[in-house]
Amino acid sequence: MLRTNKITPWLFLTPMLLLLIFAFGYPLVSIFNFSFRRIRGATGPFIGFENYRQVFKDDVFRETVGHNLLLLIAVPIMVIISILVAVVLYERLKGWQLYRSILFIPYILAVPIVGVVFSNILQLNGILNEFLRSVGLGRLGLDWIGNPDLTLWSVMGVIIWREVGFGIVLFLARLLSLNEELIDAGKVDGANWWQRLWYVIIPELSTVIEFYVVISIITMLAWVFSYIYTISRGGPGNATQVMELYVYNYAFRNQLPGIASAVAVLLFLVTIILIIPIFRLRSGDELEETR
Amino acid sequence: MSDDSMGRKGRATRSLTSLGKHIFLIFGILLVLLPLYFTVITSFKSKQNYSADKFGFPSPFYTGNIETALRGGRYFVWFKNSAILAVGSVLLSTAVSAMAAFAFARMRFRFRNSMLSIVTALMIVPPVVMLVPLFLLLTTLHMTSTFWGAILVYAGLVTPFSVYLLTNFFKSIPFEIIESALLDGASSWNILLKILLPLSGPALVTMIVVNTLWVWNDLLVALVLLPQDDLRPLMVGITVFGSRYNNDVPVAMMGMLMASIPMLLLYLFGQRYFIQGLVAGAVKG
Repeated sequence: MLRTNKITPWLFLTPMLLLLIFAFGYPLVSIFNFSFRRIRGATGPFIGFENYRQVFKDDVFRETVGHNLLLLIAVPIMVIISILVAVVLYERLKGWQLYRSILFIPYILAVPIVGVVFSNILQLNGILNEFLRSVGLGRLGLDWIGNPDLTLWSVMGVIIWREVGFGIVLFLARLLSLNEELIDAGKVDGANWWQRLWYVIIPELSTVIEFYVVISIITMLAWVFSYIYTISRGGPGNATQVMELYVYNYAFRNQLPGIASAVAVLLFLVTIILIIPIFRLRSGDELEETR
Repeated sequence: MSDDSMGRKGRATRSLTSLGKHIFLIFGILLVLLPLYFTVITSFKSKQNYSADKFGFPSPFYTGNIETALRGGRYFVWFKNSAILAVGSVLLSTAVSAMAAFAFARMRFRFRNSMLSIVTALMIVPPVVMLVPLFLLLTTLHMTSTFWGAILVYAGLVTPFSVYLLTNFFKSIPFEIIESALLDGASSWNILLKILLPLSGPALVTMIVVNTLWVWNDLLVALVLLPQDDLRPLMVGITVFGSRYNNDVPVAMMGMLMASIPMLLLYLFGQRYFIQGLVAGAVKG
């Protein structure tokens, strides 16, 4: 540690503090404040829990929450795919680095680009259905983003397509940082591939898996706006309405920032609850470091 | 199935299972590449060619979509706007975060650990939560529809990650190096500017890559703060473009292809930094 006077550290911290108060501090305080007011322009009268009552009374909101919860199904799917692919890549088959580079490409592409591309591919007369017809699977050719029962699942597929590369690279990076002897020890014991995966590799990955699960849950609940906005705009009807779009519509379409803030508060609280486990992991790490 | 390398079951089994693994990976790669292949071939088809044959090679090879896309979308303006936002916010965030990370990593002060924890936690708060107050605040300050307003917001949103990454990196630089500079009478400023930052090349590159990608790829913040046609960054531009050419798939696809080229090129040359950077928040070291 540097020996400094009491003021110097704060001189170095002040610009960051100002910026974070602007971008996080003020807004996080304000959403609580706004959520109890009927906002017109920049502020408005205090109305207690009226905004929350309205939100919970709204059938569309309940449907919306249901959609976000349904998207959570993608989380275990992504975890399983990424672990399997990462473990296979870890065995350093010929060309594994090339495989890794290609599998990571979707994650480099911007979500709006991915969204627009898939909204074209998935059209009723689009490329996917034409392709299915040509390989004799024409009966599988469905109205992927026109049928209300199907659209959310299509969006989920697109999300998995783009996001799974991150999981693969994350788990692979963790595996590569592990002690190889440990994993090889399983081979000596005569454990087969699946046993080694289950008893040796997955326990070693557990902290990263927990991290990835939490991040993915938060993504599904509060970070899918760009997918929805570019693929389906929440439609058909309200079939793919999600909480972020609900906030966006109430704040900037319906001009009801109070309602939007109430939903933002709910999203914020959920996020806070979800990051507690990561915190526990992190502080555990730090303890080990100082020891 | 076992790929037992102790040689009990011999080479044949091993190459068979490794064949299985290759097939598994190639299947994954096809799933990744097929949509990209569709995008590229469709971009070079005429509308008639597309309706007649959706997934074969373009015949004839048609480049007219480039012209149509450039006429229908203001690609150069969008690129320029995105570049201004990315450069501005990344520079601002880097400067601010380097100073703060120096204090977190190398100075003693009250609330240090709890403050660092809070800053780290902010990484995960979704931007949609802050959006309404930010919009109202910037409106009051007459800063919506200005690059400055958006740059401040983006810089703020990426700063928690930057501070987290740089603090960890600064901690890993041996203290002896700093100590010897101290003996030469260097000030805190000089230690940061002349010693820590020059040694932080890889961390800085990682940070710049991740933050640039974040700002470049954002849709939500830009949609709210920069709705005007001539201020639109690329992501807002292509979203509007995509719905305008909803019925002209080849032009829409060409538009998306053009929009993705800058990042794909960067990935091609700086892949290491992308992969390192994007997992940096999760895996230590």
